[in-house]
Amino acid sequence: MSKGTFGTFGGQYVPETLMTALHELEEAFDEAMESEAFHEELRALSVDYVGRETPLYEAEQLTKALGGARIFLKREDLNHTGAHKINNTLGQVLLARRMGKKKIVAETGAGQHGVATATMCARFGMECIVFMGAVDVERQKLNVFRMELLGATVVPVEDGAGTLKDAVNEALRYWVTHVDDTHYVLGSALGPHPFPTMVKQFQRVIGDEAKAQHVEKTGKLPDALVACVGGGSNAIGLFAPFVDDASVNMYGVEAGGEGVETGRHSAAVAERNEGMLHGARMYLLQDDGGNIRPTYSISAGLDYPAVGPEHSYLDSIGRVTYDTVTDEEALAAFRYLSEVEGIIPALESAHAIAYVRKLAPTMAPDETIVVSLSGRGDKDIHSVYEALGGERV
Amino acid sequence: MMDITQQLIAQKESGQKAFVPYIVAGAHGLDALEETILNLQSLGATALEIGIPYSDPVADGPVIRTVGGRALQNGVTLSSVLETVARLSDRVRIPLFFMTYVNTIFVYGIERFAKRCSEVGIRGVIIPDLPFEERGLVQEAFRTYEIANVPLVALTSDEERMAAIVREAEGFIYAVTINGVTGRQVEASATADHFATLQRLTDLPIYAGFGITTAEDVDAMNAQADGVIVGTAIVRALEEGQSEAIEALFGAKSLK
Repeated sequence: MSKGTFGTFGGQYVPETLMTALHELEEAFDEAMESEAFHEELRALSVDYVGRETPLYEAEQLTKALGGARIFLKREDLNHTGAHKINNTLGQVLLARRMGKKKIVAETGAGQHGVATATMCARFGMECIVFMGAVDVERQKLNVFRMELLGATVVPVEDGAGTLKDAVNEALRYWVTHVDDTHYVLGSALGPHPFPTMVKQFQRVIGDEAKAQHVEKTGKLPDALVACVGGGSNAIGLFAPFVDDASVNMYGVEAGGEGVETGRHSAAVAERNEGMLHGARMYLLQDDGGNIRPTYSISAGLDYPAVGPEHSYLDSIGRVTYDTVTDEEALAAFRYLSEVEGIIPALESAHAIAYVRKLAPTMAPDETIVVSLSGRGDKDIHSVYEALGGERV
Repeated sequence: MMDITQQLIAQKESGQKAFVPYIVAGAHGLDALEETILNLQSLGATALEIGIPYSDPVADGPVIRTVGGRALQNGVTLSSVLETVARLSDRVRIPLFFMTYVNTIFVYGIERFAKRCSEVGIRGVIIPDLPFEERGLVQEAFRTYEIANVPLVALTSDEERMAAIVREAEGFIYAVTINGVTGRQVEASATADHFATLQRLTDLPIYAGFGITTAEDVDAMNAQADGVIVGTAIVRALEEGQSEAIEALFGAKSLK
């Protein structure tokens, strides 16, 4: 029967050829979770290679400027390779090694997951192939060069709109064809079981650390959590340890693009339309015939037509509030955080900051917000420069 | 109407090898679909697999993807294909199957889909991204309307798993001959043990599909299976208007 479900969401909607690989992966993952040696290896590399734990930084200037709740930034941007993505790729590549796989395939949107995967493959001497939409290859040239420097083969995908969704399709096709010796390192809390659960497990270090750090700094739990949501891996990593803490309000911020009302966006929860894509049942942007709709966001990492199955579930039970932020608001937040705190956020993370600018002033000064600053903005400097018309700030 | 599973078992027992062309619905418009179906029937197809175009066909190679993408752009939908099939039903004597990705029928409504299929004469459905574990999604509706949920087995499916799959199978067994997407070349040497195991497990006919592109491939796979499904080669020949290529496939020795 259906496995890996969150309410009615999740499951395993994939070709039969992959089912045995998914069962083996599930088994290997469960075994690894029981293995002290695995946890020790993961912990040691998280500390010395990735640079964990990341700081929980109290953004006093931002707090003062917004005039409301105290704001803490969980600094995932300070990880090796510049984003939270490496938490997951480290875990999955270690797992692939335990399974005796020789090759790694991955998809990437903005290139952050591709870089993080290529990095771990370089570290462990594994062959790495990354599928990336042709449009994303163009808008994230530097990350393509980074992956190639790290020894990965980057394959541009011309199908569809040439973005993240098409890269996932092609990575799945590659995996079906090379399933015997290849592990697919899926980069977000998406895909068939066990991926959403596994990715959450490897990302929950964000929330576990933040919880302990926040209690140490303030003596209590935070009142609110904010994270951007594309597929939703940094958000589920932050939220997971707090789901049972009823006093903690959680906010997932989707990419509103040019505005949800224009149809040019990537906000799947905003439309609450269920369907199956890439192996899971979840909220999808689709037309009346069940075909996946083109999506849009200035942020390549959020430019995906669905949210992961567990986010879909957390919305359906009302545990997490999902809202949207437009390109314009994200761009403004990108500049704002740079000016006020001296931290240039990734465009993805700038969506979370933009939401905090609205949320913080509505809260009391003795309340706190923890924001996942999922990545740094260096990769986006060029596209922001162009979006701002190439003018000096 | 005779139960589709019984009908195909009887065909197998009569010694006739099945030849099932796969076509993309609406590749050249829906009027051409009618013509193509009738033409393939008169050439000797024992059944037909009609592919419903979908935006994200992960099991398909470039040929079927390109043609399906064009059909979508031309506005072909599941509803319009169902209506086309309805117009044909009194002229079609061979069983018709749909090949559709799960999201297409999920959004249409599983119950509504099964009902309409039975009204227009569709006998079974192949859903490449609905594995055994997820069959519950369609089971009740398909049973109510006597639509066969044709299962796929893969080279990676082990014996225990194949046994479980064939135990509940309806129609026929769709045996995928390669690890990969449609249109990659099959190698008969790699599939012999697999088909032998599968033959031991079931009385239902086993049809080999994926990567069968020439009359020689048809004969090689028919030596192991009870029939073949030919997709990419037919779709490509229809695209290029090469009727001789199609006739050559039908001319395979094992189909005589």
